[in-house]
Amino acid sequence: MIELSHIVKRFGDKLAVDDVSFAVGEGEIVGFLGPNGAGKTTTLSILTGYLSATSGTAKIGGVDILEHPAEAKRQIGFLPEYAPLYLDMTVEEYLGFVYELKGVKLPRAAHLCEIAAVARVEDVYRRVIKNLSKGYRQRVGIAAALVGNPKILVFDEPTVGLDPAQIVEIRNLIRTLGRDHTIILSTHILSEVQAVCDRIVVIDGGKILADKSTAEFVEITQAPTRLNLRIEGEQADVLRFLRSFNGVKSAEALARAEEGVYTYFVQTAEGKDIRRDLFFALAEHDFPVLGMEALGMSVEDIFLRLVGGDDNRKEVR
Amino acid sequence: MGAIYRRELRAYFISPVGYVFVGVFLCLAGAFFALSTLYSGTTSLSSYFTYVLMSFVVLIPLLTMRLFSEERKSRTEQLLLTSPVSLWGMVMAKFFAAFTLFGATLLVSCLNFLFIKGEYGAINVPVMLAQLLGVLLCGAAFCALGIFLSSLTENQLIAALTSIGAIVAMLGLGFITSGIENTALRVTLKWFSVSDRFYTFSYGLFDFVSLFYYVSIAFVFLFLTVRVLEKRRWA
Repeated sequence: MIELSHIVKRFGDKLAVDDVSFAVGEGEIVGFLGPNGAGKTTTLSILTGYLSATSGTAKIGGVDILEHPAEAKRQIGFLPEYAPLYLDMTVEEYLGFVYELKGVKLPRAAHLCEIAAVARVEDVYRRVIKNLSKGYRQRVGIAAALVGNPKILVFDEPTVGLDPAQIVEIRNLIRTLGRDHTIILSTHILSEVQAVCDRIVVIDGGKILADKSTAEFVEITQAPTRLNLRIEGEQADVLRFLRSFNGVKSAEALARAEEGVYTYFVQTAEGKDIRRDLFFALAEHDFPVLGMEALGMSVEDIFLRLVGGDDNRKEVR
Repeated sequence: MGAIYRRELRAYFISPVGYVFVGVFLCLAGAFFALSTLYSGTTSLSSYFTYVLMSFVVLIPLLTMRLFSEERKSRTEQLLLTSPVSLWGMVMAKFFAAFTLFGATLLVSCLNFLFIKGEYGAINVPVMLAQLLGVLLCGAAFCALGIFLSSLTENQLIAALTSIGAIVAMLGLGFITSGIENTALRVTLKWFSVSDRFYTFSYGLFDFVSLFYYVSIAFVFLFLTVRVLEKRRWA
């Protein structure tokens, strides 16, 4: 459906996208994961024809976006990072405008009503967009992307700036849409791609670092590497014990939590889950564990893990 | 293209801009008309149309300032640029939206001429039509110029001010050139003087060269606008 090959994009001296290639098959939901400034938006902009690549080609359904822009663009529904809404229009007028802009041939009223129902904007259909909440605006943006029933949907950071309830709603909506669309979704939130996508493409510094199915990805990233512990006992003794424990890379005391109880931050060796062993060992040595929290991985940790440590990462960059 | 044209025309009347333009244009036209014909006791419209031309300095930028700058600022240009509409389609749609409102208001302002009939004698209709055509063409060129300047910035105020400056320059060039002694320079600058071309129309001459001149000026600025949009894509 989508084929990017050797895309390079320079902004002056800055290399924003560096030789990015990947393909997305029909019906896939692909997550495009990377920290801020990784090149996600630039790549998606090239894919949707908003920007042109310095070199490389982007094909949509076999059609090159530069050679036949109209035909390629017709197959894509795009929701940019900031939904491109005309604030002075009502939702109805706006969707009507997008309908005409895209030159859609479907029966107008029925099609727009259907979209409004899917994107759940019926309640605000006749209201002026200016007066809508951020969550509703985002849904209007999604509705606009759906106009004309494009086979491919591209969402750039669709949940940024929404409250938790709205985030869940938008994710559910995207998952529903995934049943009969090919979707590319960019985000810097790991849990988001895990919740929604079949496949994850990781990008940083303009380069693709990994391209794996979500299941594979979860396997790599599952074992927690950072623990927050709350342990009762003499601080120095506990620290000495933690540091000598097999599988612990580093340990440090953070703060005193209660009388005789301290919190510790422990980093474990790669790919090994030591939580159970550590728990029993501490109990054996009479250091009661009053709390243990496995810290989720940040996107940065995942990159570290994917490229195997700081040094490699620098090289990659 | 039709979608953008209709949206722009409607947008003029969703915001106050369209009303302000029509209102101010008609007021000024009425005042100019009263001063230059009724109070001057003449049926010649050439000074009236010259005044109207001068008023474009403020009026045309009002129409064109937001056409691209606002689109860029509110990021709605992303919608347009990722839709299956060509850049030329976008630019022409916006140009014709501005030109339609301008032309329609100009035609409505011609109702003033009805006052002349019977009171002071008749208007020379063919001359009036030539003058009207001249004003329309000149307005088209200024609209294209304003659109071009609007595509360069995301700030409406800057778009408006630069347009005002550029229109003043194009109108004023005729006055400046007469004082220049170097013939080559004078002729060259005179070539860019929009008002000079207008005078052939104001004498009631239908001049194909001037017609072609105005159409080329409009075309050049619209072409430059397309290039600006195209370039941004490659930036």
